[in-house]
Amino acid sequence: MAKHADGYELNDGISVVVNSECPTCQLTSDLLVELGTNGHVKIFSQDDPSFPTSAEWVHDDSELSFSWHNDIEAVPTLIRVVNGKEVERLVGWNRKEWERLLEIENLAPGLVDHKPGCGSLSVSPDRVDELEIKFEGRTFISRQVEIASLEDEMEAMHDRGWSDGMPVVPPTESRVKRMLAGTSRNSDDIVAIIPPNLAECSVEKVAINAVMAGCLPEYLPVVIACLEAICTDEFNMHGVLATTMSVGPIFVVSGPIAERLGMNSGINVLGHGNRANSTIGRAVQLVLKNVGGGAPGGIDRATLGHMGKQGFCFAEAPSPWENLAEGFGFSSEQNTVTAFTGEGPRILVDQKSRSPESLTRSLADGLKSTISTRMVLGMDAMLVISPEHLSRFIDAGWSRSQFIEKLTELLMIDSDEIIEGAGGIEDGIPSTFGGNQLPKFRPGGLLVVHAGGPAGLFSAIIGGWLNGTKGSDPVTKEITL
Amino acid sequence: MNQTLSVLDPTSEDRSPEIQLSERIKSIEGSIIGLLDISKPRGDVFLNQLEKRLTEHGATVLRFMKPTFTKPAPVDLRYEISSKCDAVIEALAD
Repeated sequence: MAKHADGYELNDGISVVVNSECPTCQLTSDLLVELGTNGHVKIFSQDDPSFPTSAEWVHDDSELSFSWHNDIEAVPTLIRVVNGKEVERLVGWNRKEWERLLEIENLAPGLVDHKPGCGSLSVSPDRVDELEIKFEGRTFISRQVEIASLEDEMEAMHDRGWSDGMPVVPPTESRVKRMLAGTSRNSDDIVAIIPPNLAECSVEKVAINAVMAGCLPEYLPVVIACLEAICTDEFNMHGVLATTMSVGPIFVVSGPIAERLGMNSGINVLGHGNRANSTIGRAVQLVLKNVGGGAPGGIDRATLGHMGKQGFCFAEAPSPWENLAEGFGFSSEQNTVTAFTGEGPRILVDQKSRSPESLTRSLADGLKSTISTRMVLGMDAMLVISPEHLSRFIDAGWSRSQFIEKLTELLMIDSDEIIEGAGGIEDGIPSTFGGNQLPKFRPGGLLVVHAGGPAGLFSAIIGGWLNGTKGSDPVTKEITL
Repeated sequence: MNQTLSVLDPTSEDRSPEIQLSERIKSIEGSIIGLLDISKPRGDVFLNQLEKRLTEHGATVLRFMKPTFTKPAPVDLRYEISSKCDAVIEALAD
């Protein structure tokens, strides 16, 4: 019977680590049986304690303890130990090397001269996280929650109030460990103080919620940057969360990372169907709810809300114009996230304008109704301009700033039309503001982003919320890996 | 054998400290009552009415105002209210 490889310490002599499914181990199995029987080697078998045979010198390493602690990367591995110290290690089959290490001549003359080995089970990507936790000890600060074998884990997590209404991925230790590999930051680093409960949020807590949201590890730095952006005085996430207005944080990713993560900046960019777009914003919302305590109906008092509060993140499409982040002083090569407080998107249709002047007038008309036709200066907006609309301006040689300048000129509002009582509508600005031309948006209050599918003469407007020190300002943060 | 699943807690795991409620006022008459306007339109309409009614019932009314309704009240303002008043009424409006 095979002995269990309890001890992982190396004993004097030669140890061989094998795996029954490795063709090189199979090739050398007769030789290994001969060597073992003659007392030349001890065998540690990773998957089958009867491979290459059942014998007292074949040790069961199916727990992978020996392999893990001796850093076995491939099988077969031969380790020669003298006076308790490893003096040499060979990997794979190579007759000459084996003969030298074993000090035996004419080993298995019928075999090929050499054959490389296979990967060790102890470094297999689907086992390594679990083994690290098992052998290196628990490295998490978060409490472990046991879900009973008869419980449905999806229901159990929902019942604990951890979900946003949609199923969440169970944040097991191995999944969270893999997620943490997505950032170079330490798991106990504090990312942000999360409102409304002003809870300190570690990288580990972000990773747990990112697993639940369905993120891949490479998205984690983006999720972290999103949280760094919104948990600032300028963004005022507490107010965004608590307001009765139907707004939430919206994230625009700019720079080369968007393509590397496979983010969508094209067809259906503001919709569903792309993993990164769908899960990054969702992870942020789960952190706000689970760590910050900002649950809908609790501190989140939105009268109506919008579907984008499930998570709203998209990538900016490259264009000849400067990107959104460049407008905030970053370079086009920097990877950034811009957070903006906004409502759900609404399309602006113009299928007939061929000149940039006509299209600008048309877009300006649509933008006047952002939030309310009676609202001026107090709220920002994001204009998502589609490739076909953009081409009207590019073809005519207009720059982004030229476009915004023209738009601003067209967005001067006659205050007499929007004062309280005008047109029989009680809502409006105080009548003392009458007799003026007022800009619809404050300077810099219209954020222009290029994104969308290649066909379709549509753009989208995303209305904002109170801006400035009494509300929320857009915040851009660099994504650090 | 069925195996249990172990997951990590996604919440902050902070436990809120138990807060002792202040003593409730026994009567409006003779009490100092703060009225906090959160700076929303027409909050003053509601609070003026409350002030009138409370004063009729013998209360002394002090008025306070948050700089903006979008953010929590500044700590100094909260301290001022708690040190000057026996009770406070915060008014939402629109």
